[in-house]
Amino acid sequence: MPGTDKPLLAHLLRRAGFGATFQELDRYSELGYEATVDELLNPERQPAIEEDVLERYYIDWKESRNIEGALTESVYRMNAYAGGRPLQEKIALFWHQVFATGLAKVLHEKTMLNQIDLFREQGLGNFRDLLLGLAKDPAMIFWLDNNFNHKDAPNENWGRELLELFSLGVGMDGQENYTEEDVQSAARAFTGWTIDDNNVASIPFGKTPWLFRYLPEDHDEGDKTFMGQTGNFNGEDIIDIVVRQPAAARFISRHLYNFFVADEPQVPAWQHTPPGDPEAIRILEEEYVRSNYDIRSMLKVLFNSKFFKSDRARFAKVKSPAEVVVGTLHLLGDFKFPKMGIYDVALGCRYMGQDLLNPPSVEGWHTGEEWIDSGSLVERVNFVADQVSDIQQPGVRAMVDTLLDGTAELDPLSIIDGCLELLGHVQLHEKNKEHLAGEVRSMLEKRSGLVAGSPEDRQVAEDTVLHTMKMIGSSREYQFA
Amino acid sequence: MTSTNKDPILIVVQLTGGNDYINTVIPYQDPLYYDSRKTVSIAQDDVLPINDKLAFNPALTAMKDLYDQGKVAVINGIGYPGPNRSHFRSMDIWHTCEPEKVGTEGWLGRAIRDLDPQAENVLTGVNFGRGLPRAMALTGVPVASVAVLETYGVLTGISGEQERSQALDLFSRMYSPIVGTGHVMDYLGSTGLDALKGADILKTVPAQYQSSVEYADSVIGRNLQGIAKVLTANLGTRIFYTQQPGYDTHANQGPVHGVLLEHLSQAIKDFYEDLREHDTSENVLIYLFTEFGRRVKDNGSGTDHGAGGLAMAIGDPVKGGIYSEFPSMRPEDLEEGDLKYNIDFRGVYGTVAEKWLGLDATSIVGGNFEQLDFV
Repeated sequence: MPGTDKPLLAHLLRRAGFGATFQELDRYSELGYEATVDELLNPERQPAIEEDVLERYYIDWKESRNIEGALTESVYRMNAYAGGRPLQEKIALFWHQVFATGLAKVLHEKTMLNQIDLFREQGLGNFRDLLLGLAKDPAMIFWLDNNFNHKDAPNENWGRELLELFSLGVGMDGQENYTEEDVQSAARAFTGWTIDDNNVASIPFGKTPWLFRYLPEDHDEGDKTFMGQTGNFNGEDIIDIVVRQPAAARFISRHLYNFFVADEPQVPAWQHTPPGDPEAIRILEEEYVRSNYDIRSMLKVLFNSKFFKSDRARFAKVKSPAEVVVGTLHLLGDFKFPKMGIYDVALGCRYMGQDLLNPPSVEGWHTGEEWIDSGSLVERVNFVADQVSDIQQPGVRAMVDTLLDGTAELDPLSIIDGCLELLGHVQLHEKNKEHLAGEVRSMLEKRSGLVAGSPEDRQVAEDTVLHTMKMIGSSREYQFA
Repeated sequence: MTSTNKDPILIVVQLTGGNDYINTVIPYQDPLYYDSRKTVSIAQDDVLPINDKLAFNPALTAMKDLYDQGKVAVINGIGYPGPNRSHFRSMDIWHTCEPEKVGTEGWLGRAIRDLDPQAENVLTGVNFGRGLPRAMALTGVPVASVAVLETYGVLTGISGEQERSQALDLFSRMYSPIVGTGHVMDYLGSTGLDALKGADILKTVPAQYQSSVEYADSVIGRNLQGIAKVLTANLGTRIFYTQQPGYDTHANQGPVHGVLLEHLSQAIKDFYEDLREHDTSENVLIYLFTEFGRRVKDNGSGTDHGAGGLAMAIGDPVKGGIYSEFPSMRPEDLEEGDLKYNIDFRGVYGTVAEKWLGLDATSIVGGNFEQLDFV
């Protein structure tokens, strides 16, 4: 089905990935919308990046002996996969934002990156299996102190956050989703779920990741009452009960909607604030139950739904800092191959308020418009403005050439519309287009008297296009996904 | 609005994660303390007594000096009815003064609005750190959120002066209000324009600052030094905000908590000395708070989320001493294993708003609550 609506595909790729270049949109357009969705939902069918090249060039980073290495590797992977397996990385980012775990406490990068690998590999799979993987994840166990959750001295940190932040939420429809007793029972059921951190010395082999370990002698075998059921529950039983709750269906549906469709109020408000689109949430909840908690099935329904494709969902999200940084790098075609300098670029996420692998707390980041304050907005504007106007970048060179080579007559509006399309079918409000057109017009005036097509004339034209892209990248509209 | 450097200034420091009250101000003569805290207690010989019942954590030596000079008010057992033990929710309650429903307006946002109703100065409120704390959030109230003072500004990549000023002019037109584009676009627009204004003013600050005080290196020290730079530049800023993260000490509390308190107390002492050097210590009040205290009984390595916490007011304008009772630790007096609060935090905010900033407390904290007289 050639010629599929490119603005719609650009919308899909902004949500399921980190945006798409104009060349990629040509390919997806040939493929058609539903086939593109299928391709995105099955990332393993696309080639993997070459790990041996990474190992050769980024020895330190592959060893990930420090927080810089871990951040670098994360941003490198998101960018390197943005063209081929974007949803693999996007779903990992999604779960990292929900199951927010941080190096500020974990302090062990390999263990932390193994958690992100879990999201990468199982993030599109079954929610029950994912929660079980999370409960056994050494970084999470240490982050929420389950290694201090003992038969004779329960520590309820993991038990509480499992219910509040990872599966049910505090409440819905004005009701509470669980009681304090449920928290205590969950904590007791997970006693004995700990880590084997008996690491060998880090020299000469480097740090070795921690492993999950179950200590039956430290597990509380007593009866527990959890969500109205009583029994000698172990952790796995708790997860089985949790995923069957209507609150879990609601919680996951709202999270997916909030991340992939449109910004919702912040998570703690969900108990009292109904969804913006209750019908969409109902459709997702139904698919959650029908598919036995399969995230891939839910996303297939989501991406093919009317509510996702509708105008209402377009640009209805404020980009997260990771989306700004990786989306921009992807557009530039930068760091497709290992080279120096990526750490400095990766730091952009931190400066914009999303310190990857180091969320402010277990509640993760406040998202949507709360990404934006005068400080973070300044960081966003400067980052994008500097990057998209750098003609040394292959992606920028390709956009400029495509625009100028195909256009005989240069007028402000065709330059602006061309840039908007090449930058990923961005939309600029008519008023702002007029403001920008005034500036572009005055820049083009410098061509008068120059020989059309001469090097000087070409230079002015290129400068004009670059400046146009810079100002679009600085705009409010560019902050929306 | 004219401002002199003698306008009262408030600096709020948030201890993020739930500071362990009982191990910050220690009831060192109470056997119940040592009974409840089998592993996570501070030995009687190590504490820094401030009276015959209470003592500071040994990491607070710098704070103790200030206390002895009568410049620290210890506010015991601060909290609110129906304590919430989730970081997120409890912090939101402290920020918004809304224990019952989810609020989005911050109490300091309302204070900034009342200090500068026409929003004439985009720097009336300044946050040092990443992201804007909800306490300062209020639609129509500009707040500058500064990560690094030295590199603050928009479109700094354009080198030519004329080109940059032309681009900034276009930027400001593209961020101007457009009717009917929705509140997020409006919010982005006003944020961009405010950032533009604020950056213009703040870029002059680092060059003006001179001080002989060398701050001990820590995150909180760097942020307080940033505040000192802006404060001493007399830009009319009345409310500053910053935070020190890391207080969620469920495990391995001993060494972690001590380091945090030491950084905090040294940073405050350095900051205070910096203000004295600039002859502006008498009009600055520092207020410390956290989202909750921690459980009375430890868990064998750390402490879980609790209720009833600690706040402190520090500075020349403060009448030093101990305010409100230290809550009883007797098992029958605890609520689900936690200390019962005995002063509502909204009364303490009210004290700061009314007696220090000269504002009407009722609208800022959402009601009338018992105030204290530490200022």
